[in-house]
Amino acid sequence: MDIMQVIKDQIESNDILLYMKGSPNQPMCGFSARTVQAVMDCGQKFAYVDVLSNPDVRTNLPVYANWPTFPQLWVNGELVGGCDIVTEMHAKGELKPLLEQAVSA
Amino acid sequence: MNTADSIAAKLAVLSPLHLDILNESHMHAGPATESHFKLVVVSAEFDGKRPVARHQRVYQLLAEELTGPVHALALHLYSPQEWQDATVPPSPQCQGGH
Repeated sequence: MDIMQVIKDQIESNDILLYMKGSPNQPMCGFSARTVQAVMDCGQKFAYVDVLSNPDVRTNLPVYANWPTFPQLWVNGELVGGCDIVTEMHAKGELKPLLEQAVSA
Repeated sequence: MNTADSIAAKLAVLSPLHLDILNESHMHAGPATESHFKLVVVSAEFDGKRPVARHQRVYQLLAEELTGPVHALALHLYSPQEWQDATVPPSPQCQGGH
């Protein structure tokens, strides 16, 4: 399948999806570590894709998303942001309700 | 022109009221010395814009740097009003991946 279609399917079929470097238990980048921690703090189940072991996704997602770096948090098919935005939303208490709403929608 | 100078030149169109460009490459793995940057930008242009839209605006302006030497860009983007009581968080340490 075309890589852009693979990415589209991943984003559309997961309510909460985190593209990151490494895995939630073993993040391979400080920005990914900080972001996945914020997402886990919210207590909802989420999917993730390790872009280090998926080089095609790593190369093409930035084009698809108009977003050049990782991590990327996608909720209900929309890009919420990277590390700075997600951690700031978490600090303001905005991330938890967003994720709760995403899985109940 | 070094990377920090070219970033500053490209962000001038935002007429920033405050601009910090911190080279944090020393905090990360790899040989590059101009790979990781943290920017603090205060601009009236960010007023009323969602965070994703603010970041995309900056990514668009710095597209050349991001496909070249810059590997990571931490962005802290504020409207003038938000900046009055903003605290800029520190950047994370490297965890080994590239």
